[in-house]
Amino acid sequence: MQHYSMNLKLKVWRQKNSNDNGHFENYDVNNISSEMSFLEMIDVLNERLISEGSDSIAFDHDCREGICGMCSMVINGQPHGPWKGTTTCQLHMRAFKDGDQITIEPFRANAFPVVKDLMVNRSAFDRIIQSGGYVSVNTGNAVDGNSLPIEKQHADDAFAAAACIGCGACVAACKNASAMLFVSAKVSHLAQLPQGEPERKQRVVSMIAQMDKEGFGSCTNTYACEAECPKEISVLNIARLNREYLNANLSGN
Amino acid sequence: MLDAKIPAGKLDEKWTKYKGTVKLVNPANKRKLEIIVVGTGLAGSSAAASLGEMGYKVKAFCFQDSPRRAHSIAAQGGINAAKNYQNDGDSVYRLFYDTIKGGDYRAREGNVHRLAEVSTSIIDQCVAQGVPFAREYGGLLSNRSFGGTQVQRTFYAAGQTGQQLLIGAYQALERQVALGTVEMHARHEMVELVIIDGKARGIIARNLVTGELERHFAHAVLLCTGGYGNVFYLSTNAMGSNVTAAWKAHKKGAYFANPCFTQIHPTCIPVSGDHQSKLTLMSESLRNDGRIWVPAKQGDNRPANEIPEEERDYYLERRYPAFGNLVPRDVASRAAKERCDAGFGVGSSKQAVYLDYAAAIQRYGKAEVSKKNLGNVSAEVITNLGKDVVKEKYGNLFAMYEKITGENPYEVPMRIYPAVHYTMGGLWVDYELKTTIDGLYALGEANFSEHGANRLGASALMQGLADGYFVIPYTLGNYLADDIRTTSIPTDHPAFVEAEQKAADRINKLMSIQGKQTVESFHKRLGKIIWDKCGMARNAEGLKQAIEEVRALKAEFWSDVRIPGEINAMNQELDKAGRVADFIELGELMCIDALERNESCGGHFREEYQTPEGEALRDDEGHMYVSAWEHQENNWNLHKEPLNYEVVKPSQRSYK
Repeated sequence: MQHYSMNLKLKVWRQKNSNDNGHFENYDVNNISSEMSFLEMIDVLNERLISEGSDSIAFDHDCREGICGMCSMVINGQPHGPWKGTTTCQLHMRAFKDGDQITIEPFRANAFPVVKDLMVNRSAFDRIIQSGGYVSVNTGNAVDGNSLPIEKQHADDAFAAAACIGCGACVAACKNASAMLFVSAKVSHLAQLPQGEPERKQRVVSMIAQMDKEGFGSCTNTYACEAECPKEISVLNIARLNREYLNANLSGN
Repeated sequence: MLDAKIPAGKLDEKWTKYKGTVKLVNPANKRKLEIIVVGTGLAGSSAAASLGEMGYKVKAFCFQDSPRRAHSIAAQGGINAAKNYQNDGDSVYRLFYDTIKGGDYRAREGNVHRLAEVSTSIIDQCVAQGVPFAREYGGLLSNRSFGGTQVQRTFYAAGQTGQQLLIGAYQALERQVALGTVEMHARHEMVELVIIDGKARGIIARNLVTGELERHFAHAVLLCTGGYGNVFYLSTNAMGSNVTAAWKAHKKGAYFANPCFTQIHPTCIPVSGDHQSKLTLMSESLRNDGRIWVPAKQGDNRPANEIPEEERDYYLERRYPAFGNLVPRDVASRAAKERCDAGFGVGSSKQAVYLDYAAAIQRYGKAEVSKKNLGNVSAEVITNLGKDVVKEKYGNLFAMYEKITGENPYEVPMRIYPAVHYTMGGLWVDYELKTTIDGLYALGEANFSEHGANRLGASALMQGLADGYFVIPYTLGNYLADDIRTTSIPTDHPAFVEAEQKAADRINKLMSIQGKQTVESFHKRLGKIIWDKCGMARNAEGLKQAIEEVRALKAEFWSDVRIPGEINAMNQELDKAGRVADFIELGELMCIDALERNESCGGHFREEYQTPEGEALRDDEGHMYVSAWEHQENNWNLHKEPLNYEVVKPSQRSYK
């Protein structure tokens, strides 16, 4: 793999706090190695800003291996940047070339207010889970794990839906800021397992109600969410969610 | 004298007997008792959820924006349990024995046996929550093997086991939040412990969004704050993982045990340059099928695929024929370091070895051909079928490798090198998980107890969930049963005022330095000192130098660090500064501990103490103890908890 160095022009959203209006700032960053991760490139810029006496750019990040779901950012108009199936923290600078201009913004959605700079408040997702995204089983109530065989296909499909990392890119990608992909992934995960069966109808109704209450928009099937999802969660989950919701309502829940 | 309070009686009856006789708290009293849980990884989420279900009033804290982000989520490979579903000779005793041996005989028998006993309930609980574990075609749970064992007892969900287990615990936690038994405080960091009349009675937490300091009372405080691997700067830990909560407790009287027992994981993606901010693990499960090798000739610069079979040195298979590529982590890491130090390393830095899947792809490909009855097919078809199988088992790991390095591991062998991954040391706790401060408990990686000097793969998830789901719900009641008459202490109590003042003073001091060097630059320098001198191999001379260097770094930090921004606002540099200041102090203690332990055991390898073959040489006569360090104004006092082996007979670990 050939490595190279590049100079870039960054346009970064700066916003002091949730009450501030916010604006773009321009920064030149030089001698960036193609081996760096995108966040390491911002680390370099932040180190410089601190040395110059300015405030560093705030952004959410933690595991830096694409699984915790904490990192966000819209990079050149795309949540988590240009690579398919990749979180911002796993995006590497070889995705860019010398002289590129890169625009970096926070996830934009009414339900995700900006906390500072590129950092947003995604606690609405936690409240959606609180409304029913679980199996009601207290610790100590369980029977032997193998007493409940689950068809491999169902187990695999449930796993594929459960791979959602709750980052919110689906919301940021959607022109309506809909949270349907996130909600459908959880509904789909639990609806395909026998453990989720007893609360199946109540769950989907409650989670949809909470989603609406949080101010997320409606789904108009553009599939932008699936295209930008770093875990490539399928929109088929949304179809399943719609069926589950219809079914629950038809049976009077 | 430290009393671990191990129940009397036969090893396999201790926990049952304890549970049968432990004090209980009646439901009406539980509602009046408040518990603080700091950290929401596997240990914290499972503890907070379980205690909430039992009826206690719980407050949970995490520094991330949601409890679901805690770093347990990044665990890849799996979770052990002595289910013996594979009928391959596993049992509670064997899991206990493997863990004790894997830990190089520096863990407590009583604790480890309990861990092995509850391991089976963990799997059941997680399945009941809807955790989508991997399954066989018959619908039953699938297992795989992990390092340091010869049975298949590891349950997994592709390469995302930690994620699925944590989401299960997180959902249980959020259910309790909805029911009102748990109050969740995200983006909060514990910055002080509050002690009243010798008992932990609350914490001072900093709201990371507003910068405000908050006072929170509780009858008991549980620290589930993970390990301190980030003392090395570069590690597989998350960027925010820190020792601060545990360190504050330590400075207020909680002993810190075996700080030098750190785990260097053998299979991580190598460092690519100075810009590196963290390291990424490639799951140990890859050693199931991958073969590790280096060129047999020093300085062989040919691409891996051009080096013929007979000019490769599969050094783990050569040195340890019985376990081969599945030796425990400490052994595998040292063996990689040995080859690289001797000049056999690969890649541009020469600090890497190959993890090769070519043989596995062929093996799986041929198995598919016979399974599908395809008869005579071309080599290409076999290779493609093999790749498909490997992709199903390890696809997400291979994709991650490619994203980071730009190389396709289906075509060329992965380059790997050891990296800091886990810390066996932590706050000293007794059998009930209680620290040396009454009412203060430590769970999961934050405590020291179960893994001795080296942790086996797939045991961290097991321990975190054991502590949270099945141990603390019993042992905490034993303490709180005597506390039912204590009503909530108002937070204007002088102890709260004083603790908050102390936290505020420290923050003010940090912000007032206004020096020239960034927090990050200090952290990097600390990491380099500790990695070079208290890393995979240590010696007395290096450790003495390191202690001096860390002390000098501390003085420099407190006179020249530069933190931008304000106190009463979100300030990530200030958050980091507090953590790095604590890491510096811990770094000194790690070196002191490593210097005091004149033996090699598990992850602690003192170059002076090795067998003629280069294996760790324990000194059971002189060092069969837990080192528990008591903090004093400018120094530490060592307390030794002797380890008594009643069932297992410690011997030289052999994986040959």
